[in-house]
Amino acid sequence: MKKPRTMKLSLPLEEYMNPGHLACQGCGATLAMRYVLKALGQKTVLCIPACCWSVIDGPFPYSSLDVPIFHCAFETAAASASGVKAGLEMVGDKETTVVAWAGDGGTFDIGLQALSGAAERNDNIIYVCYDNEAYMNTGIQRSSATPYGAWTTTTPVKHFKDQPKKDIVAIMAAHCIPYVATASVAYPEDLYRKMKKAKDIKGTRFFHIFAPCPSGWKSRPEDTIKLARLAVQTCYFPLYEIEWGEKYTLNIKPKEKKPVVEYLRLQGRFSHLTEKEINLIQAEVDRKWERLLRLCGQAEERPAQQK
Amino acid sequence: MKGKRRKAEKIIFHSEREMPMAPMSIGSMTFNLTGAWRNIRPVIDLDNCLQCGICWKFCPDAAILIENEYPVIDYDYCKGCGLCAEECPTKCITMEEEIK
Amino acid sequence: MKKVIMGNHALSYGAMLSRVQVISAYPITPQTQVVELLSEMCASKVLEAQFIKVESEHSAMAALIGAALAGARTFTATSAQGLALMHELLHWASGARLPIVMGNINRAMAPGWSIWSDQNDSLSQRDTGWMQFYCANNQEVLDSVIQAYKVAERFFIPAMVILDAFSLSHTYEVVDVPDQALVDAYLPPFKPAFRLTPDEPHAFGGLTSPDHYFELRYKLQKAMEKVPEAVEETGREYEKLFGRYLGEVEAHRLDDAEIILVTSGTAGSTARVAVDQLREKGLAVGNLRIRLFRPFPFHLVRRLLSRAKKVAVVDRNISYGHHGIFYQEIKSALYGFSSIPIFGFIAGLGGRDITPETFAEIIDYTLSHDTPEAEIVWIGVKK
Repeated sequence: MKKPRTMKLSLPLEEYMNPGHLACQGCGATLAMRYVLKALGQKTVLCIPACCWSVIDGPFPYSSLDVPIFHCAFETAAASASGVKAGLEMVGDKETTVVAWAGDGGTFDIGLQALSGAAERNDNIIYVCYDNEAYMNTGIQRSSATPYGAWTTTTPVKHFKDQPKKDIVAIMAAHCIPYVATASVAYPEDLYRKMKKAKDIKGTRFFHIFAPCPSGWKSRPEDTIKLARLAVQTCYFPLYEIEWGEKYTLNIKPKEKKPVVEYLRLQGRFSHLTEKEINLIQAEVDRKWERLLRLCGQAEERPAQQK
Repeated sequence: MKGKRRKAEKIIFHSEREMPMAPMSIGSMTFNLTGAWRNIRPVIDLDNCLQCGICWKFCPDAAILIENEYPVIDYDYCKGCGLCAEECPTKCITMEEEIK
Repeated sequence: MKKVIMGNHALSYGAMLSRVQVISAYPITPQTQVVELLSEMCASKVLEAQFIKVESEHSAMAALIGAALAGARTFTATSAQGLALMHELLHWASGARLPIVMGNINRAMAPGWSIWSDQNDSLSQRDTGWMQFYCANNQEVLDSVIQAYKVAERFFIPAMVILDAFSLSHTYEVVDVPDQALVDAYLPPFKPAFRLTPDEPHAFGGLTSPDHYFELRYKLQKAMEKVPEAVEETGREYEKLFGRYLGEVEAHRLDDAEIILVTSGTAGSTARVAVDQLREKGLAVGNLRIRLFRPFPFHLVRRLLSRAKKVAVVDRNISYGHHGIFYQEIKSALYGFSSIPIFGFIAGLGGRDITPETFAEIIDYTLSHDTPEAEIVWIGVKK
């Protein structure tokens, strides 16, 4: 063997998530947790409503994480986090970061009211939505985060989901909270940097993390990172930040915008789509990308109406 | 850098008196050796390893440790998902059939 | 110091004196004054607490569960629809063994919209593992909040302090608001048995298999069973410091009573007046007002009722498809201990007034029947 040089890791070595947890092979949600905890450190409390992580962490009397967890009721991630933060402050702990850690179902659907309430109050919490685009924990049922065209058990192929994915980031931006960001498990350094930045901001901070799910997307477990990367490179899931609902910052601008079909064809849940449907998806991706570029002050050309 | 992990013990309660008052964790999931889930296992060819750390970075089970500046698969926990092999830039990780 | 205050404010003063640390509440008639006064107390720093102005009652209880797990003393108040909205989380608070104290204003459940007095809202929650204290005057409301914390924090079981809509919530009475120092002597700061802290990380409320759930719930029941005695004990302690005793029940002229009324809430205090009036007429009647409903004070009920010839239970509630709820519970408590006839009356639903005349009618019926003609005798319904 050659003489080893020192490894330079792009993230801190210390782990707060232990192995032995119950996630499926290739789970994107665990990667999200791993990176977020590296950024936030040990003085963190997680409020986890019903979602995959309620089970991944392990049953009573065990846990896989080295931080305290409050497994809370489904709709209550944000309200629970607000309460935990208030309680900790009143018993003298003003340092510990309180994080609501919810899936897309618990954020876009049943938990939306509590999230809006906390954001309106600008409660001092970080809300993380790890998005695998359906109710995966209960067996792949559709949520309002399920994208157009996807198969789920409640949107079977003959009646696949034909509503667009709810734009949760726009909803959160409309609350004018200090910090909103998207992130992808294929870009851990970007997620880490943004989470570290968010840690020091006071008020409600919201993260939308793209977390592929091989079980629910019918993709290969080893493709999870590739999918998360392609989502960004096709501009299907762009990476950007919004501060105070006004200032948009684009984090990754792909040099070459790949066609969305490269992302779709690796997933069984889209395998039934016709060319017409794929074109619809591409058109929508393009439209939203152009809109985002305008918001970030990076429009490449004038909007269509001004031509 | 870090060495092998300490594994926790399985917990058995013989009476309600041994249990905590509320449903709260008192032990670690590391007792659960998820390596048993594998059908295929990653094998790293260290001669071609660039020591880039990408495999360590992308493991969903934190089942790759760094020892003596090189990645080491923790076969007690590796579930054989193949992400490390897929993402390795030099393709020096191969997925081999698990012999049980 | 004596003040003339409404029942709702008695709740606020009780919470303030108990030095609650996190309040989380949503407005609903007729509870609003509770939280309005608490808001002012927090704003003027008379009370050092955080008040989370949540966007629903469900979030109110969720936030309190979080705050209590973090180790803080917590309080909220609600009524009817709000209490019903919290239902899922009432189970949660007790299962998580958190000593949250909540004021509930007994108000009729919709539809149609009713803001008036009725016990179905709190009684619908009797299986959720919360202690329930039914109050008949504002002094009792204030005292009960403080005592509820003492008992709740000893056994890690949440508690509800319950008062009737308008007849108590909005009625002004003279209340002795004790000195903070005296309350501090009675109620020390909350000492959690477990809490969310990075220094000692635990996961609370994770997946619990059939191998473990049974024992955890057994523990909750066993703790509940110790509460009646503790209520008496802490009641006596309270009496020593504050000069007033409150126990599981309030007994009025039971010793030689041939007919004993069983009542709760403000109807229980009207019953006391009615009993005195009927005694003037030579009738040997008495009143047993149930204050502690959960856990149910079996031993006291058995001891105090079995010497009567007849029992007349008055419910301001009904379990549809069955009978009045206090009636059911009294019958079940006396089964095997006494075979005296038990009459079940339902009166006052939706805030229909319960007066001394109501009780006169009830006693009249009870006197003129050896046994009840039906399991429910409706008083005041225009049939």
